[in-house]
Amino acid sequence: MTVPVTWQDVAALLPEFFLVVWASALLLLDVFWIREKRTTAWLSALGFVVALVLAVGQMGRAPLLAFRGMVIADAFSVFLVALFALSGLVGILLAQDYLARNGIERGEFYVLLMFSVVGMMLMARVADLVMIFLALELFSLPLYVMTGFARPRADSEEAALKYFLLGAFASGFMAFGIALVYGATSTTSLPHMVDVIQAGEADLALLTAGAALVLTGLGFKIATVPFHMWTPDVYHGAPSPVSGFMAATAKMAGFAALLRLFVLVFPVVADLTPVLWALAALSMVLGNVAAIAQRNIKRLLAYSSIAHAGYMLSAAVAFADPHLGPQAVAAILFYLVAYVLATFGAWGVVILLERRIGQEGLLLEDYAGLSRQYPGLAAAMAVFMLSFIGVPPTLGFFGKFYLFRVVLDAGFVGLALIGVLTSLVSAYYYLRVVMLMYMKPGEPIVRREPRVQATVLAAAALTLFLGLTAASSLYAWATEAILRFG
Amino acid sequence: MNGTQWAFLGVYFLLALIFPALPIVIAHFLGPRRPNPIKDDVYECGLKTYGSPWVPIKVQYYLFALVFLIFDVELVFLYPWAVAYDMLPMFAVFEGILFILMLGAALVYAWKREALDWYEPTMPEFRS
Repeated sequence: MTVPVTWQDVAALLPEFFLVVWASALLLLDVFWIREKRTTAWLSALGFVVALVLAVGQMGRAPLLAFRGMVIADAFSVFLVALFALSGLVGILLAQDYLARNGIERGEFYVLLMFSVVGMMLMARVADLVMIFLALELFSLPLYVMTGFARPRADSEEAALKYFLLGAFASGFMAFGIALVYGATSTTSLPHMVDVIQAGEADLALLTAGAALVLTGLGFKIATVPFHMWTPDVYHGAPSPVSGFMAATAKMAGFAALLRLFVLVFPVVADLTPVLWALAALSMVLGNVAAIAQRNIKRLLAYSSIAHAGYMLSAAVAFADPHLGPQAVAAILFYLVAYVLATFGAWGVVILLERRIGQEGLLLEDYAGLSRQYPGLAAAMAVFMLSFIGVPPTLGFFGKFYLFRVVLDAGFVGLALIGVLTSLVSAYYYLRVVMLMYMKPGEPIVRREPRVQATVLAAAALTLFLGLTAASSLYAWATEAILRFG
Repeated sequence: MNGTQWAFLGVYFLLALIFPALPIVIAHFLGPRRPNPIKDDVYECGLKTYGSPWVPIKVQYYLFALVFLIFDVELVFLYPWAVAYDMLPMFAVFEGILFILMLGAALVYAWKREALDWYEPTMPEFRS
């Protein structure tokens, strides 16, 4: 009955193992020995660098089911694990100065961030229903705490409570969906589930209901439209580095599990295609239209993140097509890279301009005149905005190009049309930021924080450079990151 | 599940509804009715509440409850592990030890952060 667990299993999860041990050690080091919180930040950044190296070392290996089929190390998960390690590193670079200047730097922040990233990495690796739930909770719980990190500021606490209550509610949906899927297939192991479904032994009605509930639970995490209510308030109330980190990585983690489930296991529940269609269309329309009315940059970016979840979900609508599934995965992975780069960069600019936590410097008017005094920063912000719109030659353009191609290949012309039209709508509010920066006079006050500035400039350079030279090779790389179970 | 089993379930639900409802209905028709204010009062155990229950509770209770919860759940996991200890493969033994070590780290952390110390509220005049 029991398959022995060997070092091979540990090797399959090496980045995660390393991060957990490192984070636990850092937690104790921080309370006992470390006097300067800066040291904790650097040590956790070092941990992410090592994890990144370990993840890159896993590339090119044959897919491997580990720990009795609970997790899998395939090309898809390694791609995302490397991306998560990098995101963790960026998250720390963005957070450290911000926390220090606002007097909320505690060593636990970095430890929580590391645990959260481990949960996200496991979301990319799931091969079992139980593991999905565990990974989801592991990455969500630290995020709830990090959202409330600016206590006793009321809006931060409110955001944390809202996020926690709705997140717990979503976890309930998730657990119920998992129970129904288990009931329909009598197994929790995803590879085994594929066999059961192919043999025609699964209860399809029950499976569809279960898949719909799982979709609801994941929809909360990636903030698609009927489940998006928490997003603006939480992104607004949370400390800006946490919002940026959440906007970039929580969405990636949600999509990782969603793609693995729907493309590999659930193609049989093609009944859900119209549901996904509606979710994608609603997110694109509502996210972009609501963003127009925002005067606060944090809320604007929150609605924009909802819209981008809609764009990515529109490619996932093709999940039931066995030929287009892999293409949709590649397009979404590519889009995620473009989105994460622009998101981290844009939130980095927000962090530089935010004067005191949650106060001055967050309105769109505060960006007026940025190009006069800080031309580099303004140019970087303009690149992120253009990438969000999808203007060539930024990476965002190629992201949208590949996404809409999948949508069109799948025959959803209406959805592709909605995507293109809402992109045009989004140009209005993204370009307003650019217009304010370049054409309106103003005296913006910007922090001199070299780590954040370097991160912003690097993200802008990558968005432009990858878009100009390496878009097709990046897409080829994403295409190799196919989902596998063996 | 086939049709008959669903039918059984339906009959079961029906019975589950009727069984508690029947005595209430019978009591309604047969029972004598002599109401007084005490009988009409909302039924409640214990003493009547005194003052408003919406008083602030010391946050330390929550901290204690949280730490307690961790080790409470630990016990649930470790009990079957301990009972089957001599039958387990080496991997399960290591797994259990790892689990205890992690919780140990959490305990050390909570201890160092003074989550286990109880602070009595000091009266203002005793403050130096």
